[in-house]
Amino acid sequence: MFKVNRRDFMKLTGGAAVVGSVLGMPHIARAAGQKVVVIGGGPGGATAAKYLKMGNPGLDVTLIESGDSYVACFLSNEVLSGERTLESLTVGFDGLKKYGITVVKDTASAIDPAAKKVTTSGGKTFDYDRCVVSPGVEFNYEAVVGYSEAASHKAPHAWKAGPQTLLLRKQLEDMKDGGTFVIVAPPNPFRCPPGPYERAAQVAMYFKHKKPKSKIIILDPKDDFAKKGLFIKAWTSLYGYGTPDSMIKWVSGADGGKVDKIDMETLTVSAQTEDFKADVLNVIPPQKAGHIAHVADLVNEKGWCSVNKKTFESSKHPGVHIIGDASDATTMPKSAYSASSQAKVCAAAIIDLLAGKEPGDPSYVNTCYSIAGPDYGFSVAGVYTYDAEKNEIAGVKGAGGLTPVDASPEMLKREVGYAHSWLANIVADSWK
Amino acid sequence: MKIKMSLMALLGGMVFGGAALAEPTPAMLANACAGCHGTNGLSVGPTSPIISGMASEYFVAAMAAYKKGEWPSTIMGRIAKGYSDEQIKAMGDFFAKQPFVRAAQKNDAAKAKTGAKLHEEYCEKCHEKGGSAGEDAGVLAGQWMPYLEHAMEDYTSGKRPMTKKMQKQVDQLVQDHKHAGVEALVNFYGSAK
Ligand SMILES: Cc1cc2nc3c(=O)[nH]c(=O)nc-3n(C[C@H](O)[C@H](O)[C@H](O)COP(=O)(O)OP(=O)(O)OC[C@H]3O[C@@H](n4cnc5c(N)ncnc54)[C@H](O)[C@@H]3O)c2cc1C
Ligand code: HEC
Ligand code: HEC
Repeated sequence: MFKVNRRDFMKLTGGAAVVGSVLGMPHIARAAGQKVVVIGGGPGGATAAKYLKMGNPGLDVTLIESGDSYVACFLSNEVLSGERTLESLTVGFDGLKKYGITVVKDTASAIDPAAKKVTTSGGKTFDYDRCVVSPGVEFNYEAVVGYSEAASHKAPHAWKAGPQTLLLRKQLEDMKDGGTFVIVAPPNPFRCPPGPYERAAQVAMYFKHKKPKSKIIILDPKDDFAKKGLFIKAWTSLYGYGTPDSMIKWVSGADGGKVDKIDMETLTVSAQTEDFKADVLNVIPPQKAGHIAHVADLVNEKGWCSVNKKTFESSKHPGVHIIGDASDATTMPKSAYSASSQAKVCAAAIIDLLAGKEPGDPSYVNTCYSIAGPDYGFSVAGVYTYDAEKNEIAGVKGAGGLTPVDASPEMLKREVGYAHSWLANIVADSWK
Repeated sequence: MKIKMSLMALLGGMVFGGAALAEPTPAMLANACAGCHGTNGLSVGPTSPIISGMASEYFVAAMAAYKKGEWPSTIMGRIAKGYSDEQIKAMGDFFAKQPFVRAAQKNDAAKAKTGAKLHEEYCEKCHEKGGSAGEDAGVLAGQWMPYLEHAMEDYTSGKRPMTKKMQKQVDQLVQDHKHAGVEALVNFYGSAK
C-alpha cells in the first residue's frame, strides 16, 4: 500500500500516457494502432472509451457524440422537485480527452459492417477494427394515440434530460395549487424501471410544500413495477397514499390504467375505464433502441439489439458491439450503472479479441437508487455472472435485491447520501 | 485449472445461480465496484468510502463481515454476497495496489485540532501515524467524513462489533467527551492533507 496526497498524485499521473499504467491496468503494446470507434457518449459509450484506453493505451479510440456535453437523466427527477439544477447533471468530454481519446462532435448516420466504416451526418468517415454503439433509447411516440414528438413540446416526456426536463419543471412551477399532474407510465422494457414512481414521489415532495392541494395520477399499463413495495411504503408514510387525501394515485393496468388515447387540445387522457384531465401532463412513451441501431440493421423484431452477453457483440453484424439501454441484456435493468458495467465487460472483451485472445469471463453489477423524499432513499442491487449455456446474464443467487422494507429511518437517510455520492462517482468513473 | 476450481468450490462461497463457474480477472471484478467507489476504488465522495490502498487483509475481513451480516450496511451486505472468498481475495489484492489519495473536504479547523489530541490519547495506539496506517483497520486519515460518521455511529450504538480493546477506548472517549469527541475525531481525520 502506498499513500500520496492529491498534489503528488497529480504530479505522478501528469502525463496522460501514464494514466493507464499508474492505475494498475495492463499495457498491451501488441495491439497498437488498432481502431475502435465508439458511438454515443452516455454512461455506456463514455465508460467504454475510457476503459478501452485504460486497458490498452495503444488503441486508437474515437468517440462520436452528437452533443457538446452530456446531460444525465439519473437524478434528473430532483430537477423536477427543485432540489437540484440541470447544470449539476451536465458533464463535458474534456476528461476523456486526457486519456488520449479523440472526441468528435457529430452524429453517426451509418455503419457499414462489411467495410468496417462509420459515416457521420457531418460527412466524415471513420474506419474501425471494432465498433461500440451506445445510443440509448428512442421513443415510439405514435404508440400512444394522440401523442407525437411535436406534442412532447406541450406534454413533455422528460425521459431524455435537457430542455424537456426544464419544460416539465416550468409547467409544474406554473401550475395552480389544486391542479392535477398526470404521468403516463410506459410498458416494459424501458429505461430506468423505477423512474416514473420516483418522479411521482419527487413531484409530491414539491407539491407538499408549495401546492398541497394538488394531485398526482400515474396511469400504468402494468400491474407491477420496480421497487413497488418500497415506493408504496414511502408514498404512504410521506404523501398519504392509501387515504382519501392521498397526493398520489396509481392506476394499475388491472384497474384500467392503460391509456387508449390523448386529446392534446384539452390534455385529456382517456384510460380504459375513465378520462383524466391533466393540468400538467407527462407522457413517457414506449421505447426501443436508439435511431442509429435501426439504421444500421442491429435491432431484433422487438426493436432492441440482440447481443452476445459475454462480449456485447451484435448477433447480426460481427465487429459491432451494442451496450447500455439499446441492447437486449434485459436481465439487467436499463440503468446508467448497467450501461457502465456492460461497457467495462465489452471493453475488456474487445481488448482480448483485438489481441487475438478468447475473451475472459465477465462480471457485472447494477445498482439503482431512488429518492422518495427528504432523507428517504432506497436501492436495488444486483451482481451478475455470464451463463454461457443460455447466453444470458444471470444474477448471482443469494446476492443483490432491495433495501429491506423495514429499513430504519437512519438507513433510509444514509441511502440518500450514498445516492448523491453514487452520482459523483459514476460521473467521474465514466467521463473523468 | 480444474483442480483449482474444485478447490474453490470446496472452499465454499461459490454461489453462482445455475451458471458455469466463472473466473473473471481481478480487474474485471473490481472495476464493477467503481460506479460507487470511484475508478480503482478512489471515491470522489462525498459519502462513499475510498477503498483504494486498503490493506488486503482488512478488505477481506470487511467483505466477509458484510456477507455474514455482521457489519451493518445499507447496501454492501447485498453486494458482498455476490462473490466467492477467492474472488474477494483477488479484489483485495487488486485494491491494495491502487493509490489511496486523501479526500479534499471541508472540515472545522478548531474541531480538528481537538480531534488531533483525542486521537493521540485514545486511538493512535492502533490507528498509527494519525490514522494513516491501516494494516488491519481501514485508513482513517483522508477518508470521507460522512462515511466515518456512519462507522462511528454504528460502533457507538453497538450495531458494529469492535475488538474489546477498541471498545474500551471508544467507550472511554464517549464517556469523557460525549458526541463532541467523536465529531472532533472525524474532523481530524477529514483534515488530513
Ligand atoms: C428520469 C430518469 C431517472 C433515471 N435514474 C437513474 C438512476 O438513478 N440510476 C441509473 O443507473 N440510471 C438511471 N436512469 C437511466 C439512465 O439514464 C440510462 O439507463 C442511461 O443513460 C443509459 O446509458 P446509455 O449510454 O445506454 O444511453 P444514453 O445515456 O442515452 O446516451 C446515449 C448518448 O449517445 C448519443 N447518441 C445517440 N445516437 C447518436 C449518434 N447516432 N451519433 C452520435 N451520438 C449519438 C446521445 O446524444 C447520448 O449522449 C434514469 C433515467 C431517467 C429517464
Ligand atoms: C451501490 C453502491 C456500491 C457498490 C456498487 C459497491 N459498494 Fe462498497 N460500499 C458502499 C457503501 C454505501 C458502503 C458503506 C457501507 C454500506 O452502507 O453499505 C460501502 C463500503 C465498502 C467497504 C468498506 C469500506 C471500509 O472502509 O471499511 C468495502 C471494502 C467495499 N464497500 C467494497 C466494495 C466492493 C469490492 C464492491 C464491488 C464488488 C463494492 N464495494 C461495490 C457502496 C457500494
Ligand atoms: C485496540 C486497537 C484499536 C483502537 C484503540 C481503536 N481502534 Fe479503531 N479499529 C481497530 C480495528 C482492528 C478496526 C478494524 C475494523 C473492525 O474491527 O471493526 C478498526 C476500525 C475503525 C474504524 C472503521 C474504519 C472503516 O474503514 O470502516 C473507525 C472509524 C475507527 N476504527 C475509529 C477509531 C477511533 C476513533 C478510535 C479511538 C477512539 C479507535 N478506532 C481506536 C482497532 C482499534
